Amino acid sequence: MESTKNWNEYILTRLIKISGYSAIIFVLMIFYFLLREGLPTIGEVSFVSLISSRWYPIEEYFGLLPLIGGSLIVTLGAALFAIPIGICTAVFIAEIAPRWARDLLKPLVEVLGGIPSVVLGFLGILILAPSLRRLLDLPTGLTALAGSILLGGIAIPTIVSVAEDALDAVPRSYRDAALALGATQWQTIWRVTLPAARSGVLTAIMLGIGRTIGETMAVMMVTGNAAVLPIKWNSLFLPVRTMTATIAAEMGEVAKNSTHYHVLFFIGLVLFLISLGINIAASTAVFKQHMRAERILS
Amino acid sequence: MALLDGQKELSKNPGSSDSRLVKQKLGFGCLTLTTFVTVIPIFAVVIYILIKGLPAISWSFLTSFPFDGVKQGGILPAIIGTFLLTLGTAIFSVPLGIGAAIYLSEYAPESRWTRVIRIAIINLAGIPSVVYGLFGLGMFVIFLKFGTSILAGSLTLSIMTLPVIISTSEEALRAVPQSFRVVSISIGATRWQTIRRIVLPQSLPGIITGVILGLERAAGETAPILFTAASFFLPRLPNSPLDPTMALPYHLFVISTQVPGMPVKIQYGTALVLIAFVLGMNLIATTIRSRARAHRQW
Amino acid sequence: MIKILIEHLNLQYSDGKESLRDINLEISVNAITVLFGPAGGGKSSLLRVFNRLNDLADVKLISGKVLLDDTDILDPKIDVIELRRRVGMVFARPVVLPMSIRSNLTYGLEVMGEKQETKLKEAVEKSLVQAALWEEVKDRLDEPAVSLSGGQQQRLCLARSLVLKPEVILLDEPTSGLDPISTGKVEASLQDLKQTYTIVLVPHSVQQAARMADFAAFFLQGELIEKGIGKELFINPKDKRTEDYIMGRFG
Repeated sequence: MESTKNWNEYILTRLIKISGYSAIIFVLMIFYFLLREGLPTIGEVSFVSLISSRWYPIEEYFGLLPLIGGSLIVTLGAALFAIPIGICTAVFIAEIAPRWARDLLKPLVEVLGGIPSVVLGFLGILILAPSLRRLLDLPTGLTALAGSILLGGIAIPTIVSVAEDALDAVPRSYRDAALALGATQWQTIWRVTLPAARSGVLTAIMLGIGRTIGETMAVMMVTGNAAVLPIKWNSLFLPVRTMTATIAAEMGEVAKNSTHYHVLFFIGLVLFLISLGINIAASTAVFKQHMRAERILS
Repeated sequence: MALLDGQKELSKNPGSSDSRLVKQKLGFGCLTLTTFVTVIPIFAVVIYILIKGLPAISWSFLTSFPFDGVKQGGILPAIIGTFLLTLGTAIFSVPLGIGAAIYLSEYAPESRWTRVIRIAIINLAGIPSVVYGLFGLGMFVIFLKFGTSILAGSLTLSIMTLPVIISTSEEALRAVPQSFRVVSISIGATRWQTIRRIVLPQSLPGIITGVILGLERAAGETAPILFTAASFFLPRLPNSPLDPTMALPYHLFVISTQVPGMPVKIQYGTALVLIAFVLGMNLIATTIRSRARAHRQW
Repeated sequence: MIKILIEHLNLQYSDGKESLRDINLEISVNAITVLFGPAGGGKSSLLRVFNRLNDLADVKLISGKVLLDDTDILDPKIDVIELRRRVGMVFARPVVLPMSIRSNLTYGLEVMGEKQETKLKEAVEKSLVQAALWEEVKDRLDEPAVSLSGGQQQRLCLARSLVLKPEVILLDEPTSGLDPISTGKVEASLQDLKQTYTIVLVPHSVQQAARMADFAAFFLQGELIEKGIGKELFINPKDKRTEDYIMGRFG
């Protein structure tokens, strides 16, 4: 009896250990497949061609610049209004809202985060884009601006929850000390609490931006999908195309192992590396936050 | 007398409390406004879709097949498809995710390898959904020759859902007081017995909440299933995991962007069903979480 | 008769806290041996050596011999699970498991594989009687253990450690959070129990040490300063440091 129990426990423990390491295996697998199908691009398309500004796969033009530019402008636009709004909302929820409001708002923001992006894209097509077209007198509402607005809406819940957690984690004693010195609540928030939560808030922003860069469906549905380099002063009001939308839109039509196929995987590889970079930066900030807290408190 | 003079001095201070309080009131007002900006769209989105989509909802809409292309009829196959994909995702990601969480919380030492695992998990969490789609295409559809199938889609969605399940489950496990484990060991239980009899049952509500939230996201995603499982119009329900399937998010995407003359009512109806599915899961998860908190024995 | 023999025991943790230096001590059977001294002296560490609970902590170095009857419990080859059933422990804060009163008590038997209802019921009643708790809870056995008062919870923990019929009971400041009445009840139970079990107690005050000790050992910063028969040690301590501590000149 005892020995079968020990044997069972041994197998289970082994399985659990394997599950633990599975995350590493999956990341490596994904990286491998992206490399395998994407790297041939380097052999098939010249570097000069890759950094040109024409993306027209049918005629073998694989310039990535318009796509990168599209992702950039949409992300920047989203960041511009998502970051301030997100942080201010987080401050409100963490520092100012009474208990009952907090208990209402936190789940509410989570709900927003749970709305599928395809639904937001859907509303974008039917409501946002036509409104933008009428309001700003544009030829079409399917523009980078529409994409930015939707992406901002998607990034805000992430920024709010992570930043709110970070603000919540600031020890009471910091606020009490500031208030005891005669500061108003407002001054305390901006001069003491927020700086103390700095790395957590930074993490929130990075994670929000990460979600923005990686978003596919919403942007694909409202940005107009024109692979044009967005460097004009009014590019925000023109259609663009992001890297993610390109993959999603064109993958269905490519022949396997064609150059186009390899380039799309290459774009995927680039996206993978970008998100890797952002996440490593974000997690280093989190680690730093722990170490800082330990240093201060000891 | 000196004391009284001093008190008078304090209230005559430049930058007096009056102007600071005014500034504070203004600032608080701004923050409240910002929060409204964040919160109102949530209501707006849900209510709007509810109003415009409800007319389309009927028993036949939910239980019959589309016909006339997809311009008439119901969305049963899409509903079933989303349900099957969610089930498939659960089958793969739940045991693996909980196992990994148990490893990280109960077994793993604070070593370099454990840090690598955590970095891997953070990375999996940040990979754009369309890149998961690419990976799924390369690995499951092509390399493992599953073809466009429920199996390929579920496996892809599982890896994507893994980080959410692992992190929420680990948090739930760690929340169980360490003293329980110490007592259990001191009575002669093994580590696994302690986990099975005390730690897991006590953390189960938190784990279930995390699982539901993870599956809710998987249900709403389009990009990972674009090339791995989804098909636009299938005359029959799938009868094996190797069949492709329709799915609600993909269906919504196609009917709102690629079907000319698509009745708007049906589009909203589909969006409503998708939101109801996702938010319903959210509601269940939140309810489990708050009820568990109330009944805790520690 | 000696139940536990400690020879040249050295213990160091990775963070350098609560170390033990060259401890030589005898724990007598069927008696209460009290380990007392100021905080950080190593008493809790020594206690946790007896049931190898320090395996859970970051131990850098451990050497010497600790013989329970004739087995060296520091030997890595011994069955630690079995050891923990022979040596029971009660902690400073009452830690009841998040279950019913009954389940708290049967837990130790269930993880051993005991399934017989009658045996379990017997064990529950017997241990509660020994801990002087039976009358108070016999009608509430299926209620959650957290519904008991602090003093009752601690006596439940004592009962829980008795269920497995251990040979040695270790108690680490068991009455530190309790009111005087509950403390009295626990101390009374221990006086009864010492006739059947070997008891090692870390008291939470010098007064408790003086009340309970059949044998006593004074620890200061990881070293065993003085040991001897309880009454003699407290009335006539041989080392000045012992005397200073007992008189409250430091602590």
